[in-house]
Amino acid sequence: MTHSTTTRRHHLATLAGLASAALVLAAGPARAEDTVKIGVILPMTGPSASTGRQIDAAIKLWMAQSGGKAGGKKVEVLIKDDAGVADTTRRLAQELVVNDKVVALAGFGLTPLALATAPIATQSKTPMVVMAAATSIITEASPYIVRTSFTLPQAATAIAEWAAKNKIKKVVTLVADYGPGNDAEKFFSSQFQLNGGTIADKLRTPLRGADFAPALQKVRDLTPDALFVFLPSGQGAQFMKQFAERGLDKAGIKLIATGDVTDDDQLNDMGDVALGVVNSHHYSAAHPSAANKKYVADFQAANKFRPNFMSVGGYDGMRVIFKALDATKGAGGDALLAAMKGQIFESPRGPVLIDAQTRDIVQDIYIRKVERVNGQLYNVEFDTLKAVKDPGKLK
Amino acid sequence: MRRQLKSPAGAAGSAGAADPGALLLAPSRWRLWELALWAAIWAVPVFFGQHAALVNEIAILALFALSLDLILGYAGIVSLGHAAFFGVGAYGAALFAKHVMPDPLVGLAVGTSLSALLGLITSPMIVRGTDLTRLMVTMGVALVLLELANKFDGLTGGADGLQGVVMSPLVIPFIGRFEFDLGARVASFYSLAVLFIAFLLLRRVVHSPLGISMQALRDNRLRLMAIGLSVQGRLVAVYTLAAGLAGAAGALLVQTTGFASLDVFEFHRSADVLLALVIGGAGWLWGGLVGAIAFKVLHDVISSFTAQYWTFWIGLFLVLLMLVGRERLFRPWSWFKRGQR
Amino acid sequence: MLTLLFDGIAYGMLLFVLALGLAVTMGLMNFINLAHGAFAMAGGYILILLMQRAGWPFLACLPAAFVITAAAGALLERTIYRPMYGKPHLDQVLFSIGLTFMAVASVDFFIGSSPQNVQLPDWLRQRFEFGSGPWMLGMGAYRLFIIATCLALALGLQAVLSRTRFGSRLRAAVDDPRVAAGLGIPVNRIFLLTFAVGSGLAGLGGALGADILGLDPTFPLKFMVYFLIVCAVGGTSSITGPLTAALLLGIADVMGKYYLPKLGAFIVYVLMIAILLWRPQGLFSREGKR
Repeated sequence: MTHSTTTRRHHLATLAGLASAALVLAAGPARAEDTVKIGVILPMTGPSASTGRQIDAAIKLWMAQSGGKAGGKKVEVLIKDDAGVADTTRRLAQELVVNDKVVALAGFGLTPLALATAPIATQSKTPMVVMAAATSIITEASPYIVRTSFTLPQAATAIAEWAAKNKIKKVVTLVADYGPGNDAEKFFSSQFQLNGGTIADKLRTPLRGADFAPALQKVRDLTPDALFVFLPSGQGAQFMKQFAERGLDKAGIKLIATGDVTDDDQLNDMGDVALGVVNSHHYSAAHPSAANKKYVADFQAANKFRPNFMSVGGYDGMRVIFKALDATKGAGGDALLAAMKGQIFESPRGPVLIDAQTRDIVQDIYIRKVERVNGQLYNVEFDTLKAVKDPGKLK
Repeated sequence: MRRQLKSPAGAAGSAGAADPGALLLAPSRWRLWELALWAAIWAVPVFFGQHAALVNEIAILALFALSLDLILGYAGIVSLGHAAFFGVGAYGAALFAKHVMPDPLVGLAVGTSLSALLGLITSPMIVRGTDLTRLMVTMGVALVLLELANKFDGLTGGADGLQGVVMSPLVIPFIGRFEFDLGARVASFYSLAVLFIAFLLLRRVVHSPLGISMQALRDNRLRLMAIGLSVQGRLVAVYTLAAGLAGAAGALLVQTTGFASLDVFEFHRSADVLLALVIGGAGWLWGGLVGAIAFKVLHDVISSFTAQYWTFWIGLFLVLLMLVGRERLFRPWSWFKRGQR
Repeated sequence: MLTLLFDGIAYGMLLFVLALGLAVTMGLMNFINLAHGAFAMAGGYILILLMQRAGWPFLACLPAAFVITAAAGALLERTIYRPMYGKPHLDQVLFSIGLTFMAVASVDFFIGSSPQNVQLPDWLRQRFEFGSGPWMLGMGAYRLFIIATCLALALGLQAVLSRTRFGSRLRAAVDDPRVAAGLGIPVNRIFLLTFAVGSGLAGLGGALGADILGLDPTFPLKFMVYFLIVCAVGGTSSITGPLTAALLLGIADVMGKYYLPKLGAFIVYVLMIAILLWRPQGLFSREGKR
């Protein structure tokens, strides 16, 4: 045997020590009677860490601005990190619901994380606010899910309409191979073809380890009028660079996309390659409303970075929960869910409605172009599609 | 001095010449501390029901680590791709539950058999080559399976995962019928029971002639061949068994959480289980359990302080642990002595 | 098709420079250093920091990346790597994984997790195109630069290895450290120098590759597999072995993703497993190596 008895005894002693430490920590402080808790599960580490960071900052901003009170009670927000791993999200949700007795769950940076947690929301009758994930089917996974982010079909159909009306006849689509990507491809293609355009090819890149060189080479060979792209935020910069490097812009191929590619979080660092890209999304940091100007100013004062579309999902999600708590005087369950449905308000992104039937978000989608404003790159809006419902639900 | 391996109990303590059979079999008797520890482990889900979800996760990781211990601690194979078997068991059980029948025990058997089969098929790759090639091949198999699961997304749900794995209640003859509840209490007992059975099984294997020859193989392969024992056959047998158990852990995961995601094949799964095993100590079966508990508890504790930088501290821990030598971790006074290596 | 071949060669050369240090370390010191990717990442971040914060021109940052990473490698070798030499491979693997984790978390903490953008100078952003249609050869200036640099490095290193005294001492130490030491060759110093140069090469590779491969804190974890594949397939006892393996890997990867996008990265892994099964010592290793 490699281990002597003494070593084993030491192992056991350490184990006992750790176990008691864990129990002590698990005991936790006693709960005050006039506090309600909200459980937020975000990917603070791992590949989607920037999503978690933005939403976390937005939540802190909301708490600071609202004074942390709703429905006559003090609100405590518990933020947990799931590192983007669905098992962890589910376990954290279970613990938050069963042990901490949260009145609502929120966050969910990616589709599988939200889908994995849906049964927990249903079984425990806890409203679940999806602040980031964007696949259409999420709201159908549980009757307790409310979404404040957006859906890919909303953005994809908008840009498809614009493209069809602006002399673009032949398009190649390039999307990342996962839920939102499939949604983007499907809805862009159907809307574009409905308006008389043709799709020359549908290309997919893997979610991890994406290499755009072969795909871009294919696009070059097909010579379409435009290339429609959807990529998760974070891959946009790399893609843009390769697009320019391969001379696709000089070959007369326009680049159109959903706003994830020109994410405000990284747009400014992309440099001139991003200029002129036409894209569609529900939020731009350059949105010219008083509410947004205040939001951006407050956000940047508290953090070193610009708010992006993920952060408004978090900010509005908090508003939805707080206003619902006000209506139910701090109670949870079905009453809280009912108070969330049908909320209509002015968000930094524009007017927003939480549809009472589908529990999904109805919002304005803007067509924007990347331009340099005051020395920084912004998505400047030049067209609006009002009150877009999720096309995925209409089929 | 040719004696039977099985010696009468009590011979181990007799004065005089060491009896090799007794020496080798002495650890196979249950010690008091082992029984006490198992009693304590079983008590946790009973008395601390609010942590049932965590207990479930720890039990699954412990089973996974136990299976790795078999090949790492006892056969000396360094594998960075053990998640391949975990994943195959997971998806196998998930697809079985969704498309064939949702019974948990049958699904567990299916998951275990599928991954054992994979272990059997890939074992020829493990037998040949150096440490590096083995490392690469094990990693390669896990990566290939990850890509396959990603590509066949019609079957596996791809990057979004396979949702809606609803298990029917657990039926144990003569004991009762248990529905899987939201609080994960039934799940925690289920996983713990499977872990216990696996532990008993491995204990038998490790203290059998096969198990003892595996340790000999780990220590000196050439000598084992010189004695005339077959290296290949033993490695295949042990690798298949380890693969099956890892698959069982994967099946438990999807059955108790209700979905399967590509994450089960990811490199960090293989790395985490290796870490947990090393923390607990490879080469004595308890290492898998101790390590899994320590790893999960440490992760929870550190994450609540510095959510983002768990990786830094675990990295530092590993570096220090390797520098001082794994056996010396628990004797801090020996860290600074320039003792024998 | 020709453009793809060109891209594959560029990618392969990059992988070669990145993986060479690892191959030499493994062959010479029998040390599986999974932290090699962290040195590459360090080189990339040095380039970014020097260019963005200190305003250095691109070309000046490349040798800086090499030198700084090499110095770091030398320091680490002397202090924490040396005690690990005789230890079992498992310990080395865990040790280097631990170092990698620390590096990844430190970069995440000090710099942040968003991918970094390299602003290449204009003369490297050009594109040359010859011919048309399916046989068109389009060459980006930057990729040409990479191929040229890596080729020069490969030739230079080969020359050092076969024509200089240091090279012959190194080869002797690789073949049999004990006998080499017995002949009076300062094996420890050779280890130190080789490790430093290997790490420096990784840093240089990371700096060169930052634009093409992308640079973020998870870089070591993403690309370590590829470096290991190059070493395992190419063997660790020559320069031409890893070079050929890297080129093979690069071309197979790019071609595979173009012609069979459904299979993508899968092809590379299957190829690797197949090669390792056929020749467990790697394609180019001399027989009887450990």
